Amino acid sequence: MPEGKRPRWLVFGLLALGLALLPFLVDAGLGRSWVRLIDLALLYVMLALGLNIVVGYAGLLDLGYVAFYALGAYVYAWLASPHFGLHLPFWAALPLGAALAALFGVLLGTPTLRLRGDYLAIVTLGFGEIIRIFMNNLNAPVNITNGPQGINLIDPVRVGDMSLSQTQTLFGITFTGAHLTYYLFLLFTLALIFISMRLEDSRIGRAWVAIREDETAAAATGINTRNLKLLAFAMGATFGGLAGGLFASFQGFISPESFNLMESIMILCMIVLGGMGHIPGVIFGAVLLTLLPEALRYTGDWQRNLFGQIYIDPADLRMLLFGLALVAVMLYRPAGLMPSARRRREFADAAE
Amino acid sequence: MDIFLQQLINGLVLGSVYALVALGYTMVYGIIELINFAHGEVTMMGALVALSVIGALALGMPGLPGVLILAAGLALAIPVCVALGLLIERVAYRPLRNAPRLAPLITAIGVSIVLQNLAMLIWGKQYISFPPVLPQGRYEILGAHITDVQIAILVLTVLIMLGLILMVQRTRLGRAMRATAQSRQVASLMGVDVNRVIASTFAIGSALAAVAGVMVSAYYGLAHYYMGFMLGLKAFSAAVLGGIGNLGGAMLGGLLLGLIESFGAGYIGDLTGGFLGSHYQDVFAFFVLIAVLVFRPSGLLGARGIERA
Repeated sequence: MPEGKRPRWLVFGLLALGLALLPFLVDAGLGRSWVRLIDLALLYVMLALGLNIVVGYAGLLDLGYVAFYALGAYVYAWLASPHFGLHLPFWAALPLGAALAALFGVLLGTPTLRLRGDYLAIVTLGFGEIIRIFMNNLNAPVNITNGPQGINLIDPVRVGDMSLSQTQTLFGITFTGAHLTYYLFLLFTLALIFISMRLEDSRIGRAWVAIREDETAAAATGINTRNLKLLAFAMGATFGGLAGGLFASFQGFISPESFNLMESIMILCMIVLGGMGHIPGVIFGAVLLTLLPEALRYTGDWQRNLFGQIYIDPADLRMLLFGLALVAVMLYRPAGLMPSARRRREFADAAE
Repeated sequence: MDIFLQQLINGLVLGSVYALVALGYTMVYGIIELINFAHGEVTMMGALVALSVIGALALGMPGLPGVLILAAGLALAIPVCVALGLLIERVAYRPLRNAPRLAPLITAIGVSIVLQNLAMLIWGKQYISFPPVLPQGRYEILGAHITDVQIAILVLTVLIMLGLILMVQRTRLGRAMRATAQSRQVASLMGVDVNRVIASTFAIGSALAAVAGVMVSAYYGLAHYYMGFMLGLKAFSAAVLGGIGNLGGAMLGGLLLGLIESFGAGYIGDLTGGFLGSHYQDVFAFFVLIAVLVFRPSGLLGARGIERA
């Protein structure tokens, strides 16, 4: 990194200014719908950071991560919507959702401590599916989740009298709901990045990496692998539950549809594609994979410019191109687009 | 009693299809330790190609006997799937053989997204129904029903499995496959063309997938561009249940999963006093899967104590 010469405060200052102005630049340049997309990208950054703890640091391949996202979202919806008539403020509902997700993380972690690699993957996948099927069917005999219809009219986040779903004017500047949500999500994202960074450099983080590299050797050096693996599951689940609660408040509506296996796989793709175990890589992967399918909607325009007419409906074409992009990136950058220094070294060794 | 027997028949038939697809997963895993996520989509492609041929023939030459039309469908679906399997292996997996473990998993996911959307572009989003060319016989045994299609699936599966076991145990290629599975380096030192063996494994697995795809669409009477996803997932679970990398395990796991599902669907309401209905059959299947793996972490027939990190 050639940043040694520049003073740190200048870099941080510019970064902060850029992040603060981003929604307005995007709004002006690409349109209002892209501001919502950036909100969504931040949500995925949070999810990817959470999964990164489980998969990237501790090396536990989790294909059911979306279950924690779902739990957080449903807890928020139960506590802050007309479904049960409860309207708790977000600062109460969000932590409860995250806590329940963490509890389920431990619940999933405990029986699977002995499993390794792909066996763990299939069990976590089964867990994710079980949660989704329950969400889909728990509308009878007692209506808990409202089944496939999902839960509607979920309260938006309110700060004092201000609702983040409405347009507000502050200091003479107009903020839409999407703009305000951006700042809220940014705040949470920065907090999670900070936590991830501190974890990475801590005793716990180093123990996770030791477990990832060789569990038996890690146990032999006195690392309590059981507690640390459970902690990884719980931490990852907490991030997921938090993101779920934010998602519910942001959308105002949730249904089991949003929490299928493909979503788990997508989040996994984000961290692997970006660079597993490397925070900037994970963030980059999450933003890229959230925005890429949307950007590919413009393929209709490209076709018109190239051939004068639209041959294939861009909505059908975009996932095809997305799949091809996944394959191409992995073929040319098998360690991810922004791998950590350690993985880059490992890969260079393996390639020889 | 008749319900029990009926669920047993249904479970065995469904389980045979799972087992055939699971064999494809397990053979590839046994040799290169890769979850071939695209395998379910290969099955789907096989089903759709065969259905197109069968539909065209049933319309164009209505006099032809149903079995012949079906054979023609398979005769095209198998080579298409084999070619697809070889192509996937060559393009998406071979370059990554020494890459970090998760890299080929992501390309596998990418390939399966591509295949799914390709199928959607070619065949559209609607369900395609199986043309009525098959014999419609129905027999009664002790109060339960079994159809011609079900009998054909069971017989064909048993034959294919016997053939596969003989191939792996007795032929030169089978021996090369077992050697490669044990150690790629040593096998290649002994003169085994490892690349060819791996390619053959993909070819065989894909051929089985084509057959299974036709079977499952004949059984349900439907095919759909999205059918490979759930089928692949179930089959992969079956392979893990039996102990991934183990041929016998895949067969056992497939049959067990089929039985668990059909008995789950039949009895889960009674077991829970009507609280959980038959739409919880998948939950039931996954619970059994998790329970088995918790007590036998490498599957039912998997090697014990072998570390797969």
